[in-house]
Amino acid sequence: MEFVNPEGLRLDGRRPLEMRQLRAQIGAVAKADGSAVFEMGNTKVIAAVYGPREVQNRSQQINDQALVRCEYSMANFSTGDRRRKPKGDRRSTEISLVIRQTMEACILTHLMPRSQIDIYVQVLQADGGTRSACINAATLALADAGIPMRDLVTSCSAGFLNSTPLLDLNYVEDSAGGPDVTVGILPKLDKVTLLQMDAKLPIDTFENVMQLAVEGCKAIANYIREVLLENTKQLEYRRGL
Amino acid sequence: MDGRLANRWRLTVNEKKFIETALASNLRIDGRNPLEYRKIIIKFGREDGSSEVQLGQTHVMGFVTGQLVQPYQDRQNEGMLLIFTEFSPMADPSFDPGHPGESAVELGRIVDRGLRDSRAVDTESLCVLSGKLVWAIRIDLHIVDNGGNLIDAANIAALAALLTFRRQECTLGGDDGQEVIVHPPEEREPLPLIVHHLPVAITFAFLGSEGKLVVDPTHSEEAVMAGRLIATVNANGDICAIQKAGGEGVPQSAIMHCLKLASMCAISITKKINSAVEAYSTERALRKIKRHPTVAGIVSVAGSDVKEQNKTVEQVGGSELSRHHIERLKVVSEETCSSRSNDNDGDIKSSEQGGTSRGESKAMNFLGGPSNWVLIMIP
Repeated sequence: MEFVNPEGLRLDGRRPLEMRQLRAQIGAVAKADGSAVFEMGNTKVIAAVYGPREVQNRSQQINDQALVRCEYSMANFSTGDRRRKPKGDRRSTEISLVIRQTMEACILTHLMPRSQIDIYVQVLQADGGTRSACINAATLALADAGIPMRDLVTSCSAGFLNSTPLLDLNYVEDSAGGPDVTVGILPKLDKVTLLQMDAKLPIDTFENVMQLAVEGCKAIANYIREVLLENTKQLEYRRGL
Repeated sequence: MDGRLANRWRLTVNEKKFIETALASNLRIDGRNPLEYRKIIIKFGREDGSSEVQLGQTHVMGFVTGQLVQPYQDRQNEGMLLIFTEFSPMADPSFDPGHPGESAVELGRIVDRGLRDSRAVDTESLCVLSGKLVWAIRIDLHIVDNGGNLIDAANIAALAALLTFRRQECTLGGDDGQEVIVHPPEEREPLPLIVHHLPVAITFAFLGSEGKLVVDPTHSEEAVMAGRLIATVNANGDICAIQKAGGEGVPQSAIMHCLKLASMCAISITKKINSAVEAYSTERALRKIKRHPTVAGIVSVAGSDVKEQNKTVEQVGGSELSRHHIERLKVVSEETCSSRSNDNDGDIKSSEQGGTSRGESKAMNFLGGPSNWVLIMIP
């Protein structure tokens, strides 16, 4: 199947180095301390953050830092065929672990000992790149909750089909069986926290694809900064400053 | 997550500082270099498809079984590959019995990604009847002892078990050619799986604040590490999978450095696996030799692959002994074994077809050199 036609357009009309449209909205869940909705094309994800609050399970309390918990679930209606189990299957467990460890690396946990920060991420519409959208949404939600972080964490995926590196794969391109590289970076520090890859790639091609994904992450970081600035202006306005 | 916390409790601040300070002078607490791998010992059980891997103190067992099932809806003509992990509580006090924890799921998925997405095991050859029956290969990984770096050890165990697994041969038969007949191992020799390449997982740990790199972390190093990168590479220089699930941020150059190191480690590990599997296959073939009491009383048995030869003998004679057939085999070296056995089959068949023509015994005596020959004399 042809994923990049001779004119250089992909199945949804994008160029190989073009990302899908980004949309973000802060404060979607009123009850949560911080929340955000993040959309990358057709993929829509909602994240809610509760914390820092008292640790619910005393035995898990850590004395010198905050405990970070994360739960990733996909809504039943998020994919084409109705999903039977939204969470608890292996993929969701692994992604929860991955998101938790990624966010934990950037949250300044030592400033909030003996407390707990919960991150809940739910996928409302899945069209490829759910992992990246979840991390971006979690970053926004954590910023909205006012939790101190070292840097934003942004994530993007890239692939390699028809001998072309492609940025931000959607579901059809992802399930084509080609390699899928998901990268999460700390943009200001220029460090890679999350890196996952499946399917085979020679090492030099991998370097190009990873570089492309990092560029995508930086573009998302710029967008997230704009959204946060806009949000802060709104808050100032409401306070009458 | 409880496992992670339990691990953290056990290590004191002093131990943590000691490990980090020692690394500053490129020393690890078990005396290795930062880029040195532990000794790998691969053993096999009596059954086909069972392996046992020891990586230092880490001990993992792998078992492969096969079953005929219905294929998935969206993959009608491909077989299935299923991986199950069992983190036994005897391996580590932080493992709970029953439902697998996060690290168990992560291990299973990393091994799965390395094998499935990189097309290491050929799933299309596992299809028997498209849309109706395919082989489901199930790999069970049991962690017996946790000495650190379970993922690499489990991966090697899975690969070793897959290479020595034999599935029963099945043919289509019946009235309409739609019935599947599974042949038991006594009837037809079971077939090995088609494995295109060996994806080997190499784990790197980042320790300390400046992210010092070590290969193959032990249990205590894992408790101290800030981040971990697992690179699954094969001996051809392809990267099959990468997993860096958060943790300390590292620059891109460090990641490329890790991948290059991983390629080098993978070559030596692949060699070890292949040699262990070959030694096992030879030993397995040796076990299958049937001894025949001969007329002339000359028997020297040190065997090579005789299964097919026995069959042809039986087909001709019905009873293999006391007839006029004398088989004499001599094996000198293992390397010639597998390569020459094919020639032997050809020899025997032609000599059988020669039937009662006498004297056409292949009396090629290669004395003084590695030889592998079969002598059938029909007086």
